Amino acid sequence: MSGSPPPGEPGCGGGTGAEPGEAGAGAGTGVQPGTVSAAVADAHRREWAFVLAATARVAGDLDLAEECVQDAYAAALTAWTRQGLPRNPGAWLTTTARRRAIDAKRRDAVLRAKLPLLIEPDPPASVSAPPGTGEAAERGEVIADDRLRLIFTCCHPALAREAQVALTLRLVCGLTTVEIAQAFLVSEPTMAARVTRAKKKISAARIAYRVPDPAELPDRLDAVLTVVHLLYTTGHTAPGGENLVRADLVDRAIGLARMLRTLMPDEREVAGLLALILLTDARRATRADAQGRVLLLEEQDRSQWDRAVIAEGAALVPWALRGAGRFALQAAIAALHAEAPSYAQTDWPQIVALYDALLRVWSSPVVALNRAVALAMAHGPAVGLAQIGELEADGRLGAYRYLPAAKADLLRRLGQREAAAQAYRAALALTDNAAEREFLARRLTEVTGTPS
Amino acid sequence: MAEYMILICEDEGAYATATPDVFQQVMEAHNRFAGQVTEKGGKIVEGRALQPTSTATSIRGDVVTDGPFIETKEAVGGYYLIEARDLDHALDIAKLCPARFGGVEVRPIRVFG
Repeated sequence: MSGSPPPGEPGCGGGTGAEPGEAGAGAGTGVQPGTVSAAVADAHRREWAFVLAATARVAGDLDLAEECVQDAYAAALTAWTRQGLPRNPGAWLTTTARRRAIDAKRRDAVLRAKLPLLIEPDPPASVSAPPGTGEAAERGEVIADDRLRLIFTCCHPALAREAQVALTLRLVCGLTTVEIAQAFLVSEPTMAARVTRAKKKISAARIAYRVPDPAELPDRLDAVLTVVHLLYTTGHTAPGGENLVRADLVDRAIGLARMLRTLMPDEREVAGLLALILLTDARRATRADAQGRVLLLEEQDRSQWDRAVIAEGAALVPWALRGAGRFALQAAIAALHAEAPSYAQTDWPQIVALYDALLRVWSSPVVALNRAVALAMAHGPAVGLAQIGELEADGRLGAYRYLPAAKADLLRRLGQREAAAQAYRAALALTDNAAEREFLARRLTEVTGTPS
Repeated sequence: MAEYMILICEDEGAYATATPDVFQQVMEAHNRFAGQVTEKGGKIVEGRALQPTSTATSIRGDVVTDGPFIETKEAVGGYYLIEARDLDHALDIAKLCPARFGGVEVRPIRVFG
C-alpha cells in the first residue's frame, strides 16, 4: 500500500454541514496534489466495491452506478485538493456518487422508467434519507450487505463463468476493460462485448440485486468462491505470456477473499478459500528462480516462504475444515505442505487421505491427478503411475498439460528415460506459459541423455 | 412483475413411443405445475403444447421447406408464458416445469418502448 492513510482532517466527513463539492472555493487547505492523487488511488483500491455497491442500489442500474462512481472519483481529485482529505474517503465518495445517481434518475425519470432496471427486491431502507447523514450506521451493516449483493449479482449462475469473472473484476474490483482484457489475454473489444452482454442480461432478464436466500446460499456462494479462486489461479500461473505470476490478479483475488471473509464470517468455505489462497501465495517468491525459471515444490527454498502469511492461513484451517468443503480440504493440504520441513518429510499419507476426502465432495479428474502424485510420494512412483494411467484412459484430461508433466516426472524417477521424454514432449505441446515451457524443455534435455 | 417464456425442449422420440400411462403422468405433472406456480406467487399467462417438429414448416425469405428450422434431438414441444418478480423467481418456477425427456429454457420477454 503506497498511499498514506488520510489524516484525521475534519474536511467533510461530518454528518452535517459540509457537502461534498460545495465547500468554499479557495479555502486553501494546501494539500499537495501528489498526496491527493495517492489518496484517491488508495480509495480506488480499498473502497471501490463499497462505493459502487451502495450507489448501485440507489441508481437501480449498474451502468449508471458505474458512471456516477467514476465521476465521484474524478471529482475527489479537485475537491480534496481544495478542501483537504475527508476523514472517511469511502463515505465521501459514496455520498457524492449517490447524489449524482439520484440527480441523473430525476433528470431522465421519463426515459429510465421505460428501461429495464436493476431489480431491487426489498424497498431500499435509506435511499430517501439525505445523503451525508447516518453514514456510520450504513457503513456498519447496510453497505457491507451491498458489497455482497454486488458480488452475488456478478456471479449469478445465469451468467457464463467468463462473464462472472469479467464482471467481478470490473464492478467489484473497479478494473478497466483494458486491464481485464490484458489479464485474460483477449482483445479489448472482445472483453468490452463480454461485459456489455453480461450487464444487458442482468437488466433484461431481471437478475435481482440481492444476497441469495439461505436455501440457495451454498450453491450460489460456491459460484462466488469459484470465481475468486479462478482469478487467483489465473494470476498464480498465467495462462500465457512471459511471467509465471500475474501479481495484480493475485492481489485482487486475495483482496476479494478477505472482503468475503469479513462480510461472511460464519461461512466455513469462505475461510477455507482465504486459507487456501494465503497458504499457496506464501510460496510466491520461491516458485521461480532469479532467471524466472519454474522451481517445483521440491526445489523451493522453504526458508523464503512467508511464515506470517502461512500462520494466518493455517490458523483458519481447523475451523474451516469442520465444514469439509472443497476449499477447506484444499487449504488443509496446502497447510501440510507449507508446514512440512522438507518435501521428503511431508506427511504424504495424510495428504492422500485429504485428497480422498476431497474426491468425495468434488469428483474432479484434476483432484484425482493430484492425489496420484501424493500417492506416488507415499507409496512410490509405480503406484502413482498406475493411477495416472487410469486417468489417461478416462480421457477427460486429454488437454490438461499437468497430466503428461506429472507422468513424465514419475517415469523419470523410475529411470524410464525414453517414456519420460515422450511424456515431456506431450506436456510441452500443451503448454503456452514461457516459464513452464522452459522448465519442461530443461527436464526433457535431462532425460534424453545429455549427461548431468 | 415481468414476463418470461419457459420453452420446454424435449426428445420428441420419447413421446412418440410413450405409453398412454406416460402421457397420463405427463398431463398430471402439468396440472400439478399450474398449482405450484400459483403457490410460488407467480402466474401462468398462457401455456400450450405444440405438435411435433414433423408437422413444422419453415420459411426463409420466400422459400418454404418441410421441417423445423434446426433439426435437433431436443426440440421445443410446448411453452408457458409466466409472470414472475425477477429471474430467480422465474427460475424457481421453471425448475418445477415438467420436462422428463429434456429440459426447459427460460427467456425474458422483451418489452418495447
